[in-house]
Amino acid sequence: MSLILNSKKNTLIIRVRGDFDLVSVHEFREKIDQSLEETMSQNLLLDLSEITFIDSSGIGVILGRYRKVKANHGQMVICGTQPAIEKIFKVSGIISLMPICSTEKEAWKLLEQNTFKGA
Amino acid sequence: MGKIVNNKIKLEFLSKGENVALARITIAAFVSQLEITLSDLEEIKVAVSEAVSNAIIHGYQNKPEEIVTMTGILKGNTLILEIVDQGIGIPDIQKAMEPAYSTDPERTGLGFVFMQSFMNEVKVESQVNCGTKVILTKQINPDLKNMAVS
Repeated sequence: MSLILNSKKNTLIIRVRGDFDLVSVHEFREKIDQSLEETMSQNLLLDLSEITFIDSSGIGVILGRYRKVKANHGQMVICGTQPAIEKIFKVSGIISLMPICSTEKEAWKLLEQNTFKGA
Repeated sequence: MGKIVNNKIKLEFLSKGENVALARITIAAFVSQLEITLSDLEEIKVAVSEAVSNAIIHGYQNKPEEIVTMTGILKGNTLILEIVDQGIGIPDIQKAMEPAYSTDPERTGLGFVFMQSFMNEVKVESQVNCGTKVILTKQINPDLKNMAVS
């Protein structure tokens, strides 16, 4: 797995590439938590369009970041899910917790709408 | 007519996280002898990943020098997988299989839920301090779309 991290508009953007399983969760957790602190971002945008696999280890660490962002009164949005991983998202119940968009553009729209609402 | 395949593989590997991918890729290649849909293939990969991750994290408590054994059997269009560890075992199998039951806050407790959702049958045999055997069974639906063109 490789991670590309950027931040803008109070949001940490994470692009995940490759397999998201037991081996990758430690790096994911460490890098995201560190970047959230360093950039002082309140929101998290997770782009999964280039992941090749995800299981409950990946889902667990995503939920862990969701709790962290929520505790800091931020929002978390996922974008770029593919048909192969949609069933995992449904079964895990993650879709009832946070918005899942097809594109990053939609995700930004949602983040901006909610920020405006909350303001 | 779909292919009739009878075959068996057995793989032994160290209880290292890196071997979770090895296990699911091996089974994906094994089961690809059948005309299988991508959806079925993905589901099998997730179930294998969950069972092997459980063996490493829970069975062997992340000790990397232990052995996990995985057997795959194809009987016609039925896949039977056995994932075995000689770890600490599960004191209460029913509780361990409950959704959202986890001993670690960063884990979802969804491992068995995924196995049950993606396979036709999940059986667990376990003895404390002796180990655990997870038996996963799935009927493979023929990939009618690909069969029509091949």
